Amino acid sequence: MKKFHPVYLFLLIPYAAWVWVPFYNRSEPALFGIPFFYWWQIFGIFLTVGSILPVYLHQERHK
Amino acid sequence: MSSTVIVFLALVILVIFIGLFGSRWRAGDLSQLHEWGLGGRSFGTLITWFLLGGDLYTAYTFIAVPALMFGAGAAGFFAVPYAALMYPVLFMAFPRLWSVSNKHGYITAADFVRGRFGHRGLALAIAVTGLVAVLPYMALQLVGMQVVIAALGLDWNVALPVLGTVSVPLILSFIALAAFTYTSGLRGTALIAVVKDLLVYITVLAAIIIIPTELGGYGKIFAAVPAKQVLLAPTPAGSLGAGFAYVTLAVGSLLALFLYPHSVTGLLSSSSRHVIRRNAMILPAYSVALAFIALLGYMALAAGVKGMPEYAQGFKGFGNNFAVPALFLHAFPGWFAGLAFAAIAIGALMPASIMAIACGNLFTRNIFKEFIAPDCTPETETKMAKLVAFAAKLGALFFVLELQTTYAIQLQLLGGIWICQTVPAVLLALYVRLDPRALLAGWAVGVGLGTWMVMELGFKSSTYPLHILGETIPCYAAVSALVANLLVSWLLTLVLRGGAIVRDETAAEDYA
Repeated sequence: MKKFHPVYLFLLIPYAAWVWVPFYNRSEPALFGIPFFYWWQIFGIFLTVGSILPVYLHQERHK
Repeated sequence: MSSTVIVFLALVILVIFIGLFGSRWRAGDLSQLHEWGLGGRSFGTLITWFLLGGDLYTAYTFIAVPALMFGAGAAGFFAVPYAALMYPVLFMAFPRLWSVSNKHGYITAADFVRGRFGHRGLALAIAVTGLVAVLPYMALQLVGMQVVIAALGLDWNVALPVLGTVSVPLILSFIALAAFTYTSGLRGTALIAVVKDLLVYITVLAAIIIIPTELGGYGKIFAAVPAKQVLLAPTPAGSLGAGFAYVTLAVGSLLALFLYPHSVTGLLSSSSRHVIRRNAMILPAYSVALAFIALLGYMALAAGVKGMPEYAQGFKGFGNNFAVPALFLHAFPGWFAGLAFAAIAIGALMPASIMAIACGNLFTRNIFKEFIAPDCTPETETKMAKLVAFAAKLGALFFVLELQTTYAIQLQLLGGIWICQTVPAVLLALYVRLDPRALLAGWAVGVGLGTWMVMELGFKSSTYPLHILGETIPCYAAVSALVANLLVSWLLTLVLRGGAIVRDETAAEDYA
């Protein structure tokens, strides 16, 4: 078993972004007329990719 | 013929030719099952991106998600967290499945279970769950096809003996699907995926630019949504509320998605584990497209297509599933609507083909070879898989033609819940090996409970309200059933500890 590396904690970020619904279940601030509820979750997709990338790069360095 | 129909037919016919001649592309020995049914495990990062993109984001998704937004509002947006949060799981767990499958020659999830646990009963349960869950999914792709055919006005019906009145375009697309799946296997499908996905991206880009401009901006679009539906319902006292249902729907769906037979087929066809790791970072591009496709439901509300007499018949026949086709007809120039409909139609044929191939692989490997003809040659195996793939498609067609669409939708609802119950024996088994007898019991409990909950709800919903300590917890039935499943699997493993002879043909290093 490999030793756990803290970089893997990045993978929890997207789940944290979604787990607390009252945080994003709101209209304001809107962006280009899109309520917060919607643009926050679209932003969350990019956040997910941004959270996987450091783990990927870490694994590439330690192949 | 209108320009819409001409563009549509030209694109669909082009794609069918690509599919038929796809077998010549990097041709392998198609008498081998992994060549026909996994494309020879040869697809690189880009082809896998197109293939999985087409496989996971199906035509039915593109019709049903905006239809849900159109009818129910914000709750339908759960498809977005679902389509984002599955990628860390894909990134971490599924390269392990690829590695162990490559080492031992597994082509289905049930193959892996057979090898990991040495228990034929458990492997059969996993195989049957996959087959039963994927069939209605395939039928729904044909429903997506029907919606497009109706929107194009190609209602050309004939009366046949036994079957009754059937739609000729639907039968023709079925024949095309069957032909290219049979001859080319997964290779032809992968080539079609490239065309399909490009058409989808063009359509989505155009839709999110042209339609909001026509409707006066996103502010106006959201203003057309009933005020109560723009956000999730506020949480009442003594309940965890709609927010909890929203999150559990996303979690239950994302755990199940990659365990569907067609997802496993798509994943295992990649040429290395690194292809899967990279795809976990580039596949989310489809999720962004999906988010905007979901918003098409609101654009259809703002455009007011439901009140227009020319679409009344479509809404009558297909309900809210007609919202997006009506919006395209209303907002796009004729030829471009044809392109968009081609994207949906090809987006139905392509995943249906992978689903059929996955059925072929599953039945042949885990039922035919395991229980009926253990000594069959690789050639017989492949022939069998092709025949089963054909039979599965015929079954889906029969489903759509002879039974009400509601049965397909209800069965697909159940299918998602059932597939979720294979998490402990497949996904978790990539890390932890519980006792196979305990897993089988847990699976039975999960499937039973999940089915019971949905029946209690009269098949209208999959969010079953649990009552615990005076608190109401509206939870996706797949998730609450999975919790029960995990508890049974874990507790029974503790009870049975040491009782079983461990027959695990995989070793820890096979997964790396």
